[in-house]
Amino acid sequence: MTRAAAASTSLDAPPQVDVDRQQILRILTKHRQGRGTLVAVLQDIQARYGYLPEQALRAVADETGRPLVDVYGLATFYRCFTLQPRGKHLISACLGTACHVRGAPRIVKEFQHQLGIQAGETTADRQFTLETVNCLGACALGPVVVIDGHYFSKVRKSRVRQLLEEALTGFDKADAAQAERTFPIDVSCPRCNHSLMDEDFPIDGRPSIRCTVSFDRLHGWLRLSSLYGSSSISAEHEIPPQTVVSFFCPHCHAQLVGRSVCAACEAPMVPMLVRGGGTVQVCSRRGCPSRDLEVS
Amino acid sequence: MIRLRINGLDACVEEGSTLLEAARFLGLPIPTLCHMDGLSPYGACRLCLVEIGTGAQARLVSSCTYPAEEGLTVRTASSRVLRARRMILELLLASCPQSKTIQDLASAHGIRQQRFRQEHEDCILCGRCVRMCQEQMMAKAIGFRGRGGDRSIGTPFDVTSEVCRQCGGCLYVCPACQLRCTSAQPEEAICGGCANLTPPCIEKDRFDDLMCSLTPCVACEIARES
Ligand code: SF4
Ligand code: SF4
Ligand code: FES
Repeated sequence: MTRAAAASTSLDAPPQVDVDRQQILRILTKHRQGRGTLVAVLQDIQARYGYLPEQALRAVADETGRPLVDVYGLATFYRCFTLQPRGKHLISACLGTACHVRGAPRIVKEFQHQLGIQAGETTADRQFTLETVNCLGACALGPVVVIDGHYFSKVRKSRVRQLLEEALTGFDKADAAQAERTFPIDVSCPRCNHSLMDEDFPIDGRPSIRCTVSFDRLHGWLRLSSLYGSSSISAEHEIPPQTVVSFFCPHCHAQLVGRSVCAACEAPMVPMLVRGGGTVQVCSRRGCPSRDLEVS
Repeated sequence: MIRLRINGLDACVEEGSTLLEAARFLGLPIPTLCHMDGLSPYGACRLCLVEIGTGAQARLVSSCTYPAEEGLTVRTASSRVLRARRMILELLLASCPQSKTIQDLASAHGIRQQRFRQEHEDCILCGRCVRMCQEQMMAKAIGFRGRGGDRSIGTPFDVTSEVCRQCGGCLYVCPACQLRCTSAQPEEAICGGCANLTPPCIEKDRFDDLMCSLTPCVACEIARES
């Protein structure tokens, strides 16, 4: 981590963000109940800024009365935290044993070659950050690469360039066109049974699913593609990646929340009724592709 | 009081004491490195290993952190303990060959050579400085950073800490510190590190005005004698 950090500081004046102390205070108040919440606080800060800014860590130490060295020690201990701003797109290439024997080092080399950076660094245009991870828990599918929350299995060297291009255009768009199993569904609110379909706002050429959402004290509409398998969305407020969003029915204003949590990221799943019988659940975390269709 | 058996001796020790304290109370020597009276036990160096239990259940534990238990059988110098201890010392010596403390411990245990690649680290991550700063100096200026091979000791963000009062407590307790060479009583604290390096003074003509802080210096002594 420290070595990687040193490498990326060599870039010309990395754009440090301005840390809003109020924002930090809000995050702290949210987690104030009980001790041992520092990891959760740091996770929220990283979700907000994309990395852990020095000012933010100092603010956390100040406000909680914890020694700065503890906060810093924790922030440097876990791989999921970074003290350097990351690029817009995060590439995590697995170098775990299974991926390793299936040729992951060659994939990493190819990424390094294509991007002109070493693992742990960020490209000068701040588009890509390349990092290696030690296991993604999908060993049978190796070599596994995760780009912006999308998993790619059995990646070959020849696929790397294409993946980078797709990342630049956005997988959300690429997905709909290429996914093998996409089909349209009509959904309604599980509480009031009003249709959530919005004819006036097509996404992927189909009426979209309209909900209201709130996150980070922001409240607004969100429209999801009604193609099962597509991740295209449109939202009033830009939702930062990895944010967990609360969904509401625009008609009865009930929160769309069930008992199940996402198998991939443990965020709550959002249930909706499917016309014709059954339910569909989508993960409430921005960027998490999990969804689950149950037809009855 | 807790009754236990150390090296075949039946002994009574106070409740809450560690095996290390119990053994020392009985006058049985156990070498330590990361342990320091007045600092909380940490169990980082594993040098204080002792064997507890009997037969197939016997196992090695670090005595500085293991609490004395009723009826425990402890061996502080069984051949298994000594073997493990020598291995630890050899590894420590490989990572910090210049440390006077480790050299002394190694020689006391009859280690004449070590088989591993020398690293010349300046820290064995024993955490003494961290605990000193936190528990005795109440400063919490330094701490562990990173993880695994990248673990290191230092201040947050590698900048001078605002809460450090430059008391020097951390340097004072460090078993690997080379600053001993320049300490108040250098005679008693030569680590010989300079003999392992090639001091710039070896090529004296090029360094006419060289000011050396290593006094006494092994290299100088050797040069004077020959
Ligand atoms: S010199 Fe600074 S870092 Fe070292 S023990 Fe004293 S206060 Fe702590
Ligand atoms: S600097 Fe010295 S006292 Fe501190 S952890 Fe390293 S070896 Fe131990
Ligand atoms: S003295 Fe017990 S582990 Fe270091």
